Amino acid sequence: MGKYVIRRVLLLIPTMLVVALITFTLAHLAPGSPFDRTEGKTSTATIERLERLYGFDKPLPEQFAIFLGNAVRLDFGDSVTRQRPVAEILGQGLGTTAQLGVQAVILALIIALPLGVISALRQNTWVDYGSLFLATIGTTIPNFVIGIFLIYFFAVTLKVLPIVGWGDLKHMILPTIVLSLGSAAFLTRITRSSMLEAIRQDYVRTARSKGLRERSVVVGHVMKNAMIPVATIIGPVTAALITGSFIVENLFSIPGIGREFVRSINQRDYPVIMGTTLLYAFAIAVANLVVDLVYGLVDPRIKVAT
Amino acid sequence: MATATRPMSSADTVLQLNVLSRKQRSLWRDAWHRLSRNKMAMLGLGIIVTMSLIAVFADRIAPYDPTSYFTDNGKRAPTLFEPVWGNPQYVDPRYLLGTDGIGRDILSRLVYSLRISMIVGFVPVSIIFVLGVTVGMLAGYIGGWVDDLLMRLTDVIYAFPDLLFLILLMATLRGTGVGDLLGGLLLLFVGIAVVNWVGMARLMRGQVLSLKEKEFVEAARSIGAKPGRIMFRHIFPNALAPLIVAVAFGVPGAILAEATLGYLGIGIKPPTATLGVMINDGFAVFSATPWPLLLPSFMVAIVLLSFTFLGDGLRDALDPRMKI
Repeated sequence: MGKYVIRRVLLLIPTMLVVALITFTLAHLAPGSPFDRTEGKTSTATIERLERLYGFDKPLPEQFAIFLGNAVRLDFGDSVTRQRPVAEILGQGLGTTAQLGVQAVILALIIALPLGVISALRQNTWVDYGSLFLATIGTTIPNFVIGIFLIYFFAVTLKVLPIVGWGDLKHMILPTIVLSLGSAAFLTRITRSSMLEAIRQDYVRTARSKGLRERSVVVGHVMKNAMIPVATIIGPVTAALITGSFIVENLFSIPGIGREFVRSINQRDYPVIMGTTLLYAFAIAVANLVVDLVYGLVDPRIKVAT
Repeated sequence: MATATRPMSSADTVLQLNVLSRKQRSLWRDAWHRLSRNKMAMLGLGIIVTMSLIAVFADRIAPYDPTSYFTDNGKRAPTLFEPVWGNPQYVDPRYLLGTDGIGRDILSRLVYSLRISMIVGFVPVSIIFVLGVTVGMLAGYIGGWVDDLLMRLTDVIYAFPDLLFLILLMATLRGTGVGDLLGGLLLLFVGIAVVNWVGMARLMRGQVLSLKEKEFVEAARSIGAKPGRIMFRHIFPNALAPLIVAVAFGVPGAILAEATLGYLGIGIKPPTATLGVMINDGFAVFSATPWPLLLPSFMVAIVLLSFTFLGDGLRDALDPRMKI
């Protein structure tokens, strides 16, 4: 197991290198430098001086090496439109994005676990069909579309919630709901199917036949085993929260990393784009790693290949 | 899902007895029979067929040109909804769904959007299918370096969330010559194909790995069939079912990608009418009138739901063992 953990952790390095290379290449294939947005107003000399200042005049492999060396120390350079270090911008948004993400995960768990368990226990009843239908809608309709309709209904028509912004509790309700829906729907399906899988096992029949109360069969035998596959959703849920964060933060004007990312894309602020992409890819790679490790730990039946 | 058991009537008994003389039904007819009994899937299929027809005949169906401006003094509310929500002051009966922020006919733009959505849905998925099946077949059947390369590529692609890569690609290459071809459509095709072909190849590879050990493949080999014939006459038709399901989910995935990129303002270039572009335009006037935003959003939801219902139905029909 120890060997496996080390090997799995070391595998992060080539993955991140390739991600960094792709990001770097794309950012440098992009036309123009960020400085010619002002078209004509900046003199050539000024542009050259600015490019020297940001190191854009060096050969590409050298720029990549410098970029990598700095990235390891969490130094992604300075934002070219904000004159502030990328790390500082990301650090500032991280708290908000993380808070929103954690709230969304908690809400998703609160919705999905009971829904998944109940629909498995009442398979093929209207409760089951209802929650499956909701889960289909949640996984199919993109979160910005659901967000648009929620904003229209609660903020524009009923005027009970603010449209955009961030601050007090009222601002957090809609973004948290919208961000959690995709994960909640996905989680409901996984919980339901792994509960159904566990219910049919022999040890459940054994537990029933030795006269355990239904309650302790469900809680102690079925649910305990059904929660193992649910651990695998850590990976997809992290990815969903990250891609969801820039859509939801953009929709509700929330000052997190996601909105910063969308802003940097529209302003061609490549240092911010690259820093954010690396951060996101790293988070997802770590989440996938955690899934693999946790899976091996909670289910001793899984033999880890060393 | 569950196999329906019904009481046997005398007619059934006769059918059971005639089972040997009954006309043989192929696997595909069986699957179609199961699919046609799935109401949601048939509803989805019906909507998809209707939308495809609208997409093909967009220029005859749309009442106006999708990029021309009509009501120069601003937007009109949808006439259709006037009795319920409309403000009579802003309604113009010539524009059934009203006009958008700069006076373009929303109905015409929606009709043309469907054309783009269907193209965006089907073209990249065709590329993905051909590329994924070929590479997956070679990787699974022959193995070697193709297989190694495929597995390494998968590791990287899985570390990059699809949307993140697409955003990066569109954001950086949108301004180049490549990004301008077909108004950004070509770059979108390439991006969607690059992100998704590996998944299709992996799926095909898994199928081939299990199928090539089956007796019928061994039988074919033993009577001297060449590898090419075994791959395409014996393995491919048997691997098709999960591939069809993957395609059925790949199409809405691509349509969603276009809408999301459009929403972020880095998709296909305006003024082309696409669902994503319309949603992005709709935000600009949302505080004044909600319809230019709500109508394309609603359309996105309908299109995606139809494909999902059909995909779920296909999965149940083609492989009753697969669950979730």
